[in-house]
Amino acid sequence: MGRNRSFFLLTALGLGFAFLYVPILLLIIYSFNENRLVTVWSGFSTKWYLELFQDDNILDAAWVSLRVAVFSATIATILGTIAGMVMARFGRFRGRTMFSGMLSAPLVMPEVITGLSLLLLFVALEQAIGIPAGRGVSTITIAHSTFTMAFVAVIIQSRLAQMDESVEEAALDLGARPAKVFFAITLPIISPAIVAGWLLAFTMSLDDLVVASFTSGPASTTLPMVVFSSVRLGVSPKINALATLLVLVAALTILLAAWFMRRQEAQRDKAAAAAAAEEERF
Amino acid sequence: MTHVRPEEQAREPGAVGVPEAEEGVRARRMTGHVSRWMSRRLRIGGRGLVIAIPYVWLLLFFLLPFAIVFKISFAEYRLGLPPYTALVEWAEGTYLRIQLAIGNYQFLLEDPLYVEAYLGSLKMATVSTILTLLVGYPMAYAIAKARPSTRNMLLLLVILPFWTSFLIRVYAWIGILKSNGLLNNFLMWTGIINEPLPLLYNEFSVYLGITYSYLPFMILPLYANLEKLDRSLLEAAADLGAKPWKAFLTVTLPLSVPGIVAGSLLVFIPAVGEFVIPDLLGGPETLMIGRVLWSEFFNNRDWPVASAVAIAMLVLLVVPIMLFQHYQARDAKKES
Repeated sequence: MGRNRSFFLLTALGLGFAFLYVPILLLIIYSFNENRLVTVWSGFSTKWYLELFQDDNILDAAWVSLRVAVFSATIATILGTIAGMVMARFGRFRGRTMFSGMLSAPLVMPEVITGLSLLLLFVALEQAIGIPAGRGVSTITIAHSTFTMAFVAVIIQSRLAQMDESVEEAALDLGARPAKVFFAITLPIISPAIVAGWLLAFTMSLDDLVVASFTSGPASTTLPMVVFSSVRLGVSPKINALATLLVLVAALTILLAAWFMRRQEAQRDKAAAAAAAEEERF
Repeated sequence: MTHVRPEEQAREPGAVGVPEAEEGVRARRMTGHVSRWMSRRLRIGGRGLVIAIPYVWLLLFFLLPFAIVFKISFAEYRLGLPPYTALVEWAEGTYLRIQLAIGNYQFLLEDPLYVEAYLGSLKMATVSTILTLLVGYPMAYAIAKARPSTRNMLLLLVILPFWTSFLIRVYAWIGILKSNGLLNNFLMWTGIINEPLPLLYNEFSVYLGITYSYLPFMILPLYANLEKLDRSLLEAAADLGAKPWKAFLTVTLPLSVPGIVAGSLLVFIPAVGEFVIPDLLGGPETLMIGRVLWSEFFNNRDWPVASAVAIAMLVLLVVPIMLFQHYQARDAKKES
């Protein structure tokens, strides 16, 4: 019975991971296909990558996407860190229930609703006060910051919940001001979570099609928008090449982040062990 | 989240948690009431300010937009910019005229297209949530049972696809499923089939796409729940003679219900409003409400009807979203 069960679990795991990874692998393999018909293999070639780098449309869109992603991830990380801090450390305050509601709803809100509602806000604001004048990088950035900050806040909040509060309390007892405690103690400890939050916000922004389609202007087409309109017309080897590059960047980023976090943790453990040893001596 | 420092409780709400002793020292250093009053104001302001930054942002860019959508859903389409009529107007410069057009909602109810899209979304989201659960549960269970060293590796493998572009993962399936795609070519090459199967542009491909894209959202909360499961309960069940399957059904499964609910909501709610997957993988008959909203907005340019569709979708999702928030808040409470 026990062997049967572990066989079943291993099979489920194997098939599940095959389900997750085979499509991506096939996509990568066929990006090196020489044939214009994506699914008919006729030889190895890197010509689609060369074509990709000569396509101004795609390069311009990539530049727009990159700018939006960097700006919005930075805003989302600042706002999300503050929001996570408020949720985890500030106890009760008036309007807390509404705050936590507004903070967690974007996690599941369908993107079409977020996109439409933000566009209508931008149009109404422009009519009422003239800002934002037209739509473009700035409106996409605001929209992306709003829906990605919720994800950052979740990461920060759960990190703070796991953190030992006694260090912060000790600093407060020793007379440090709350702001000082935050910058000298809390921030360094949660910095891996902040990095993770920034990276998540960055990739989500880079990946978003729906919200960007609603909130972008005529001169600011993002990369997913170009990919989408091209995919609607059918598969193309150039999109396969672009996809491969995006997958590669994402994989490298997350592996780097995992490595960075593991190193940080190891360093902290070492420091803690050293401190404990020091303490024992006295 | 319920943690309130004792000194904070002692003071009025809105004050910062500075220990009493320090407050005394600082108060003595101060000269006169004014500066004391000011510092108190400022410190209260400090805490309030910190809360206000994300609060105001969310009010302005999350809550206010919904109010505007609600408002515009009662407007009428017109040519021009913005392409909707004003609700409140000065008529002949003398009196306020308020026009609420409920025609948009009536339109949604009467046109079978919308009702079908509404029900279609519910069906698609429900079926794909169940499929995701069926694929995800054994995976989450196996990961939770794995050795701690391999566990992190497996989790990373679950999260990794989530970091790669969603659009591109959906796109990958087009090349696999289309009639001269990889899967059909392979099956015809092996001789299992003689003619290509209609795998793309139907409900099957949409189910597949949603299950594929949302699988990590199901596995992660399930894993978090199963990992915390008290092993001694299963041992007790085994000691009392329960077969492993019986122990699973009577102990593990009931205890993992919070994980199942959390994962299902994380899949179901966005799936109801999903646009990209039905648009790229679905056929013309795959009606989903997100797709209808998109075409009302981008193809018909009818903002009021698009707003009414959004409000109708929100009404459908209010209960699941509140349930999700309830679980989210409970988890946060448990953690701290």
